[in-house]
Amino acid sequence: MSLTRARENITGWLMASPWLIGFLIFTLGPMIASVVLSLHEWDLILPPKWVGLYQFRKMLNDPLVYQSLKVTTIYAATSVPLYIVLGLAVALLLNQDIKPVGFWRTVYFLPSVVSGVAVALLWMWIFNGQFGVLNWLLRVLLDIKGPNWLVDERWALPALVIMSLWGVGGAVLINLAGLQGIPTGLYEAAEIDGANAGQRFWAITIPMMSPVLFFNLVNGMIAALQVFTGPYVMTNGGPNNATLFLMLYLYWNAFSYFRMGYGSALAWLLFFYILILTLLMLRSSSAWVYYEGSLRRR
Amino acid sequence: MQVSTVRGTRRAVWAPLQSRRYRRYITLAVIYAVLVVGAFFLMIPFAWMVSTSLKDPGSIFAFPPKWIPNPVMWSNYIEALTMPDYPFGLFFRNTLIITGGCMVGQLVAASLVGYSFARLRWVGRDVLFLVVLSTMMLPPQVTMIPRFILFRELGWINTFKPLIIPVILGGSPFTIFLMRQFFLTIPLELDEAAKIDGCGPLSIYARIILPLSRPVMATVMVFTFLWNWNDFVGPLIYLNEREKMTLAVALSLFKYSPEGPTRWHYLMVVSLLTMAPLIIIFFFAQRYFVQGIVFTGVKG
Repeated sequence: MSLTRARENITGWLMASPWLIGFLIFTLGPMIASVVLSLHEWDLILPPKWVGLYQFRKMLNDPLVYQSLKVTTIYAATSVPLYIVLGLAVALLLNQDIKPVGFWRTVYFLPSVVSGVAVALLWMWIFNGQFGVLNWLLRVLLDIKGPNWLVDERWALPALVIMSLWGVGGAVLINLAGLQGIPTGLYEAAEIDGANAGQRFWAITIPMMSPVLFFNLVNGMIAALQVFTGPYVMTNGGPNNATLFLMLYLYWNAFSYFRMGYGSALAWLLFFYILILTLLMLRSSSAWVYYEGSLRRR
Repeated sequence: MQVSTVRGTRRAVWAPLQSRRYRRYITLAVIYAVLVVGAFFLMIPFAWMVSTSLKDPGSIFAFPPKWIPNPVMWSNYIEALTMPDYPFGLFFRNTLIITGGCMVGQLVAASLVGYSFARLRWVGRDVLFLVVLSTMMLPPQVTMIPRFILFRELGWINTFKPLIIPVILGGSPFTIFLMRQFFLTIPLELDEAAKIDGCGPLSIYARIILPLSRPVMATVMVFTFLWNWNDFVGPLIYLNEREKMTLAVALSLFKYSPEGPTRWHYLMVVSLLTMAPLIIIFFFAQRYFVQGIVFTGVKG
């Protein structure tokens, strides 16, 4: 008996070992190395020099750090709420008795499938101030002369927010699954009690959907704080650092200026920023996220 | 007595029901209208891309834009694919090799590891599974710089190894999680029966678990394809030589045209062809796609 237990132990460890080896070499090791690196100055050519907390002090006095924190925060604080509200609104529409269901879902979901550099280039052309399709639409539909989006300091960041909303389909899909998980009995009971559509929405849909909305909030926030491809390809941080995201500044320091120490310190700044925001959201969740399993008995 | 009450209610309900049905039609019409407008805005970028990709250089810079290209320049596609400074075929092949390697690696490694976490009892399993879950939350930026230094020391820069080997060794924690959760839904009685027939863990994995896991395998394949096809930061850091570049990295350089204004018609051709595999896979594997996203969203 104990022999079979021992053999199961060995097999278990062996079968998990690809992950374990990978974890030690590519995650745990680099994490420790990253802490060590952030206490050094190293340009990959001269030997690394111990500098203590210098990199972190330098960070506090670097105006571009504040600029990148500001840009990243503004982006996250505008794009994520819009993403969530729009994602819920579209999901509510698609959850109605519309036909053909498959067609509408595909149309709304398709843009979120494509992403990356190709999408960034496409939107660069859409945002073109002179010949872009967006300014044409603005003129035809609203008779507005559109701005020079990506080369205008005030409009470059909003442009990236608009682009991010094109991929709202991901949230829509998750929300749709959530909506379909709400027992119809709740709505029927509310209707018998005379609740109107608005009351049913606020008293049933929103509480029942809150775990899904919370999931979208946390994931959307984490993704928004790590945005890189758009600003790298479309604006290169400009104009005048208006789209200098934290991740972009990190990339420049590490891989353009080869400041391994400062880059590592910036990576930890990003890490703790994400961690603190996530913890704050988790804290707040007990106040507004409703989990059926933890229903309080009355 | 009771019967008459029911009848009475029914009659009283009948009149408002008609107006309610009428209102339902109006609501539906509004919903369709909103959906059409939304779909219009979502599809415009695609239409704009296709339209531009078929224009001649002269009519690209026109305002208001002409939507129907005249003449239709199918030759743009041939020219964009045969440019001497932009070997599209090579970039496509590189991307395919990396993506394919990652897909195979994920399927083999993540399913083995997932099986171990789901089906075998070993000391330290639950603690290590918590570690898997917590690495899901870890932003990749923290390990990015030391990994680069490690691969540089190993001489792996400008090879595909930094992009494939870490994926083979343990894959992404998310995939392991997905596999484990799926394996947990397979009845344990099957394992027990196989054990009585003399099967060891490895043959239970190969003969029972894997054949029953096609849905989760398909989901993992679709997602791995999507992530690696679109991946930009990794290839950007590790691949600097043109002969080794992926589509994404090469595309990001393409916008700097050697002479004159940006060649938007070629750029749109290449962007379109880069997106095409994703769109095709989406149409063929929509089910697995949706399953994966829903799974991560609702249960994750």
